Amino acid sequence: MSSLNYLGEYLPIFVFLVIALAFGVVAIAGSWLAAKQKPDAVKLAAYECGFEAFDDARRKFDVRFYLVSILFIIFDLEVAFLFPWAISLSKIGLYGFWSMMLFLAVLTVGFIYEWKKGALEWE
Amino acid sequence: MIIASLLFYLFAAVCIGSAVVVVTARNPIHSVLFLILAFFNAAGLFVLLGAEFLAMILVIVYVGAVAVLFLFVVMMLDVEALAIPDTLKRNAAVGAGIGFVLVAELVLVASGWVSGGGTGASVLAIPGDVTNTQALGALIYTHYIYPFQGCGLVLLVAMIGAIVLTLRRRPDTKRQDVSTQVAKPRGVRLVKVPTGSGV
Repeated sequence: MSSLNYLGEYLPIFVFLVIALAFGVVAIAGSWLAAKQKPDAVKLAAYECGFEAFDDARRKFDVRFYLVSILFIIFDLEVAFLFPWAISLSKIGLYGFWSMMLFLAVLTVGFIYEWKKGALEWE
Repeated sequence: MIIASLLFYLFAAVCIGSAVVVVTARNPIHSVLFLILAFFNAAGLFVLLGAEFLAMILVIVYVGAVAVLFLFVVMMLDVEALAIPDTLKRNAAVGAGIGFVLVAELVLVASGWVSGGGTGASVLAIPGDVTNTQALGALIYTHYIYPFQGCGLVLLVAMIGAIVLTLRRRPDTKRQDVSTQVAKPRGVRLVKVPTGSGV
């Protein structure tokens, strides 16, 4: 597999990237060139039906979002390990198969723990 | 070949530029967004090296999950209070010290690196007919089984640690308990309604 051939497989993705970048640049630059520029602080202010804004949008998040995203990352990594395993399963034989089963069993212990603790429920 | 080097310089330049903005941006949320840009460009560099699997994992895990986690951490802090003080000058000496240690380590590794394990053979990231992901899969689960199972244990510890540290029972909130709901005695009554008279 030559290097150019390998990069050629990524050409559609690269074309998508260029189009996406051009789209964003054209949209912003077009409005900047075509529209009349009269910046004003009020134009950026939050609009709340006529009265002053009660609150700021930058509020603190609940720590429970953090727990959900940590649990998501852990299972994300678990799935990431499954991809090379699925591809090379015919080569690594029963040893590789049971190796992955042990890995999944260890993480299933954690899954049962978090299910029983109610960490997946949103109160 | 010249396309590959052009792309390398593009990805590397954007990666370094966005990394600089991560450190210097006043708004922490802008920092996280530029960190995501740096991750994407690092993934592009991995693709150029032939490490496709690492590139995709970088996008899935770091952009898809770790960056979201960073955003949550930033959102949990008080963003307004955090944005005001300029600590760059105060911490510059410490940062320069750590940077120097990292550069020294990189120089030591790069000067001590022997390509091909001393056999004189060149090491290719893409060995002919095997894709990068297949090459990884052939080694991780059998040859490197102990580090692999160690990964599983580390993930288990992370799961338990996250639950122990952040999960709090809230007795005041109302929540649905399916088993008590189903097991409720006399929950359903069958009523024979006479025609035309109602219940």
